[in-house]
Amino acid sequence: MYEVEYKQAKTVADAAALLAKTGGKPLAGGQSLIAAMKLRLAQPGTLVDLSGIADLHGIRREGDALVIGAMTRHAGIASSTEVKRAIPALAALAEGIGDRQVRNMGTIGGALANNDPAADWPAAVLALNATVVTGKRRLAAGDFFKGMYETALAADEIITAVSFPSPKKAAYVKFPNPASRFALVGVFVAQLADGSVRVAVTGAAPAVFRATGIEAALAKSFTADAAKAVKVDASGLNTDLHATAAYRAHLVSVMASRAVAACG
Amino acid sequence: MGIQIAMTVNGKAVDADVDPRTLLVDFLRINLGLTGTHVGCDTAQCGACTVHLNGRAIKACNVLAVQAQGAAIVTIEGLSPDGVLHPMQAAFKDCHGLQCGFCTPGMVMSALDLVERHPGADEATIREQLEGNLCRCTGYQNIVRAVQQGAAAMAK
Ligand SMILES: Cc1cc2nc3c(=O)[nH]c(=O)nc-3n(C[C@H](O)[C@H](O)[C@H](O)COP(=O)(O)OP(=O)(O)OC[C@H]3O[C@@H](n4cnc5c(N)ncnc54)[C@H](O)[C@@H]3O)c2cc1C
Ligand code: FES
Ligand code: FES
Repeated sequence: MYEVEYKQAKTVADAAALLAKTGGKPLAGGQSLIAAMKLRLAQPGTLVDLSGIADLHGIRREGDALVIGAMTRHAGIASSTEVKRAIPALAALAEGIGDRQVRNMGTIGGALANNDPAADWPAAVLALNATVVTGKRRLAAGDFFKGMYETALAADEIITAVSFPSPKKAAYVKFPNPASRFALVGVFVAQLADGSVRVAVTGAAPAVFRATGIEAALAKSFTADAAKAVKVDASGLNTDLHATAAYRAHLVSVMASRAVAACG
Repeated sequence: MGIQIAMTVNGKAVDADVDPRTLLVDFLRINLGLTGTHVGCDTAQCGACTVHLNGRAIKACNVLAVQAQGAAIVTIEGLSPDGVLHPMQAAFKDCHGLQCGFCTPGMVMSALDLVERHPGADEATIREQLEGNLCRCTGYQNIVRAVQQGAAAMAK
């Protein structure tokens, strides 16, 4: 690991100012960032620790929406009665991330800012049409994710919370990589309050995307069979040591159909 | 530039001036000499470095010492301050839940968090919740039995 300076921020404004001044990076749980620093893939001159900012912690209802603070740990989301009541699919997704030690440190804000191509949270945010709230603005899910490890965030912009509108139905099913539990393919299916269907896929491509073919099929018939019947185009999907693009394309329909079945 | 940190480790207040990039596991092992916490992979995969930070199991190779500022840390050494094995440690010994023993401190620390969050966990839950701890020797059967026996002993 390269040399680094460390600062504790007390408020979001304080953190943004420190980032602008130092050109550093926010530190949330560190579960992705510390590994990247060890590999010298990340070289932030300064770490601005967000863990002491009280506003970023916690889960609350705002009207119809469930609002989860950026520094809320995966484990806290998995065990939250508020989350289990409002959108149980989110608690289940959180419980499926990595392992308990990772869930005890890793945060939803860190996972979204990181936008790992195989991360679970981006699928939930995109399928539920959630809003990513930052210190500067509110970003619709569709505008937030830009590409592999890329988001719309500016260098000194901090995610403060994510606001999930309550869906009619939602479920997430992933085919986990047996070693890391990252998604080989993960599919989040949601029927939103207005009846529209959104299907977001992670793990299959360089970044999370919507499976529009499956969405169209489910809009006509919200059944597992309808999802499974859709042939997903493998072009543009990832091929790596874990799976070919064709296998991933097949898994997208299979995971989508399981998610529909899990929607009940 | 060094940074001043203070925390409690196994109930004792400690403070030190550390390089900010110091990993918590290195702080525990090198600065404090608590070598019961092992380093198996150094990449957050194996769980050998598991300790408790404010009562929750974490991988100390993937956390900076500065992130434990003000926290209460418990390591394997903290479980048996008077030399009497903790019921979970005793269960590992009893059930032959270890062979080389390298993974064992992490397994025990992880098991204690598991028992706390999932009292009365069945075998499937125990296996799932130990996902973050790898053992190259035992084949896990006796580890799972040890956790069940340890949990039962702790509930008494
Ligand atoms: C063994 C292992 C297994 C894992 N398995 C999975 C898995 O199955 N599924 C999955 O989805 N993830 C998995 N992860 C990743 C895990 O979920 C991480 O917690 C997450 O990707 C990053 O969250 P963090 O809080 O640790 O962020 P950090 O590592 O602290 O930060 C990650 C990045 O986000 C930036 N950042 C952090 N917070 C903010 C913020 N509020 N605003 C702006 N920028 C911010 C940081 O500057 C950094 O660039 C795994 C990790 C490990 C080590
Ligand atoms: S040494 Fe920390 S997880 Fe392997
Ligand atoms: S007993 Fe040898 S690694 Fe588990």
